[in-house]
Amino acid sequence: MSIPASWFLVVGALLFGIGAYGVLTRRSALIMFMCIELMLNAVNLTFVTYAHALRDIGGQAAVFFVLVVAAAEVTVGLGIVVSVFRRRNSTSVDELSEMKG
Amino acid sequence: MIAATYTIPDVLIFVSASALMLVGAVGVIAMKNPVHCALSLIMTFFGVALAFAVQQAHFLAAVEIIVYAGAIVVLFLFVIMFLGVDRSEDVNVEPIVGQRPLAALGVVITVAGLIAMLAHARWVTGAHSATTGGVPTKGGNANIKELGTSVFTTYLYAFEITAALLIIAVVGAVLLSRRDRLSRAEELQEENA
Repeated sequence: MSIPASWFLVVGALLFGIGAYGVLTRRSALIMFMCIELMLNAVNLTFVTYAHALRDIGGQAAVFFVLVVAAAEVTVGLGIVVSVFRRRNSTSVDELSEMKG
Repeated sequence: MIAATYTIPDVLIFVSASALMLVGAVGVIAMKNPVHCALSLIMTFFGVALAFAVQQAHFLAAVEIIVYAGAIVVLFLFVIMFLGVDRSEDVNVEPIVGQRPLAALGVVITVAGLIAMLAHARWVTGAHSATTGGVPTKGGNANIKELGTSVFTTYLYAFEITAALLIIAVVGAVLLSRRDRLSRAEELQEENA
């Protein structure tokens, strides 16, 4: 007997919640990116759990694509953080209050 | 009662995977030093990889460690050290009044909604996929074969688009993070003049 899917789904929901709280409260852009990774991983866990429970490999294929998009997102996001840091000397999102560069 | 229904190793694996994930996640949002946050993030990824492995997603478990713990966290650490922002952030300052209670309230409502949805949905008896005919997803080598077949047939176009996405991301990152060559050339001219 394997572990019931609902247990992992609840853990996934909690992980998503923790990540969302981090995005809403932390002010460093780097930590916010890390929290977004947490949320992506919570969704990945849910996908894999459903793939296992519903016996459909499509869930795992979706996780594969989420991985690729996460890698692209982090690459571009950290590039933006680096260029903002050069200009403002800070990674705090509170300082980015105007559209002008 | 739990041990009577499920075997002890299963419960142990679940508890250790969940503990790794949740402790790591709390570490990410609670630690003050960004380097410690990144290390907590690795802990979460190992927990997620364990959960993947126990649910017959062996390929994704390996990729989780290689791509997330290996590449993405190293990129984070590289940027933290490159920018020199590894000093602690004061997490006790609250710039917006009531931000944390409101955030906590929103998160609690979201998570409670998700769990309530799980509890009320009869997904356990949901129809199995037509593509695999409800055959259990296989582990080990069979999992890689199955996933590869799926990615290179059903999801071929999506796969090709990810190739374009990665190229665009790399070009974008290089453009964003390189120094302005023109102004540098002007500086040199001024120095010479």
